[in-house]
Amino acid sequence: MTSPLRLCVRRTPVSAAPGSATLVTVRLPSDVNCIEEAVELVTRHCLAGHTTTKTIQFRLRVVLSEAISNAVVRGNGEDRAKWVEVCAELVPESIRVSVTDEGPGFDPGAIPEPLRPEQLDEANGRGLYLIRKLVDAVQFNERGNSICMTLRRR
Amino acid sequence: MGFSQNKDPRGVTVVEVDGQLIVGNRHELKDLVQTALERGERRLLVDFSRTGYIDSSGLGALVSISKRIREAGGELRLSGLNDDLRSLFELTKLDTLFAIAETPEQALSNF
Repeated sequence: MTSPLRLCVRRTPVSAAPGSATLVTVRLPSDVNCIEEAVELVTRHCLAGHTTTKTIQFRLRVVLSEAISNAVVRGNGEDRAKWVEVCAELVPESIRVSVTDEGPGFDPGAIPEPLRPEQLDEANGRGLYLIRKLVDAVQFNERGNSICMTLRRR
Repeated sequence: MGFSQNKDPRGVTVVEVDGQLIVGNRHELKDLVQTALERGERRLLVDFSRTGYIDSSGLGALVSISKRIREAGGELRLSGLNDDLRSLFELTKLDTLFAIAETPEQALSNF
């Protein structure tokens, strides 16, 4: 079966020039069964050709999985007609990944702290918390349908 | 990738997670545990010795089944988490919610 994922890789401004970055874009339909393949694909490209510690490799995998899951399930409501776009900007020192859905967006400040005793027994609400704990920087766009995460490789 | 279950000689239902526990398969684990509870099983161990990854939906599924088992008067234990997975439990303080053993043998020894 053909994968529904769409991958684009390009180097900018020119191949191997100092300061150049590799840009990787993956688009996936909002199907939970596509999340793993997308995570594997983006992770592979993020790690290729650069030294990245094991700890950062695990963190990258976690935050990609959480951000893409949030976009597929909460942002796009698992509507397979809607797409999620993952863009990774790769330089030797760091990885910057944005994940954007087609949903109305949300207020990241309104998500309750999952470590509160009354929240600990809740099934949901840990994904964004994990992202915030595991990346060096996280930003949202104004609409709240796009998250940008930066990880230093060491 | 998937789940397998067997019954320990002491009567504990042991569920092994092979691969990952993630948003795409969490309902399968919840259904499996629900069926075990309906069969009358009350002592359950979920073993992660062959698990590479658990996402927050998987963590949430464990919280849900823990509640169900507790409400049915049963007990849930976990085992076999590697260092990376254990760090997720620690970050989310779920290590305070679950009984976690290093190995399934340790979890079963006094279950």
